[in-house]
Amino acid sequence: MSDTIPFTIDGVAVEGRPGQTILQAADDAGIYIPRLCAHKELHPFGSCRVCTVKVNGRPQSACTMPCAKGMVVENNTPELLEHRRGLVEMLFVEGNHYCMFCEKSGNCELQALAYRLGIMAPRYPFQFPDRNVDASHPDVLIDRNRCILCARCVRASHDLDGKNVFQFVGRGSKKRIWINAEAKLKDTNLDVTDKAVEICPVGAILKKRQGYAVPVGQRLYDHQPIGSDIEAKRAAAAQA
Amino acid sequence: MAKPKVATASLAGCFGCHMSILDIDERILQLIELVDFDKSPVDDIKEFTGRCAVGLIEGGCCNEENVRVLKDFRKHCDILISVGECAICGGIPAMRNTIPLKECMDEAYRNGPSVYNPTGVYPNDPALPLVLNKVYPCHEVVKIDYHLQGCPPPADTIWQALVALLTNKPMDLPYELIKYD
Repeated sequence: MSDTIPFTIDGVAVEGRPGQTILQAADDAGIYIPRLCAHKELHPFGSCRVCTVKVNGRPQSACTMPCAKGMVVENNTPELLEHRRGLVEMLFVEGNHYCMFCEKSGNCELQALAYRLGIMAPRYPFQFPDRNVDASHPDVLIDRNRCILCARCVRASHDLDGKNVFQFVGRGSKKRIWINAEAKLKDTNLDVTDKAVEICPVGAILKKRQGYAVPVGQRLYDHQPIGSDIEAKRAAAAQA
Repeated sequence: MAKPKVATASLAGCFGCHMSILDIDERILQLIELVDFDKSPVDDIKEFTGRCAVGLIEGGCCNEENVRVLKDFRKHCDILISVGECAICGGIPAMRNTIPLKECMDEAYRNGPSVYNPTGVYPNDPALPLVLNKVYPCHEVVKIDYHLQGCPPPADTIWQALVALLTNKPMDLPYELIKYD
């Protein structure tokens, strides 16, 4: 086909389509590029930088960079993996991530990424920031201790739900996810069925009365690393 | 040749990780073939009797005694391993880190709903170790060589890690044995 864009990821030939980002083309080709803020139903945002790849030798976020003919992309190199490890470790020390009692544990994308990257302990000192919980809504709660500021809920509420429930306030280490109301989550028009609720990659926005429903051993990332579903596509294609 | 020695300690932890060590079940007989236990709650030896090959640390540091024990372990052990979330991240005890120490002490010894303390004095027996300003993970206090994640780490994780170390093999833990919960 003439309208495909040939390029390579780690030496593997990939055919992108016009308008696709590197991340989207890689997903279609069955090559997993780690990501946290990117989501297939949302516009690219490029905040977490976990998907950083090298394009012709220069670092770029794969979720925002359109694919171009002949580009040489590096993804699974020791250097980039080390960068990604560092980024994920920073997310861990910057919040209060208590996996042992988190309802999202086992289904959490941040945790799963740490498993996949083989992180045994963060190299940075823990910050233990003082963050709060808003459980005023009858069906949903926000635990800001676990928020990684990926803006998935911001974008999902605005673009998919047609509302505008979430937004950021503050700058730098004081940045927090906040709500479009005077005081509490219960004062917003957020509904438990909103996409913004289920799209949270971590345990920051949770549906109430759903915790620990799936037993340990049957959760999403208990046996297969995150990204296995994408990589399975390539393995299946290679067998065919 | 004498068997290598293993020492263990529970600092600011709940002894759950030690339970997980015992959870290796009958393999503890194999372990005894491989090693001798030195200072450890398992055999109740209170002080080091000599150099140890491996030290297993459960829990982080919440008071000065934890720090003293941890430094003692570092001095006596060739390889020091943080076992479990509390040793690695501070864990549940570290939840107090966002609350000023005075507020924590007041809640525990003066204002708590079940507290009876008419004099309002904090426990101050000289034998009680002083509480630190916050809870520290072990690797922020001394050099830690390996970390075994989990709350607690599965018995298989501890077993495979110990056997790998004691038989000079690389510690290649499978995906399923690295869990943070």
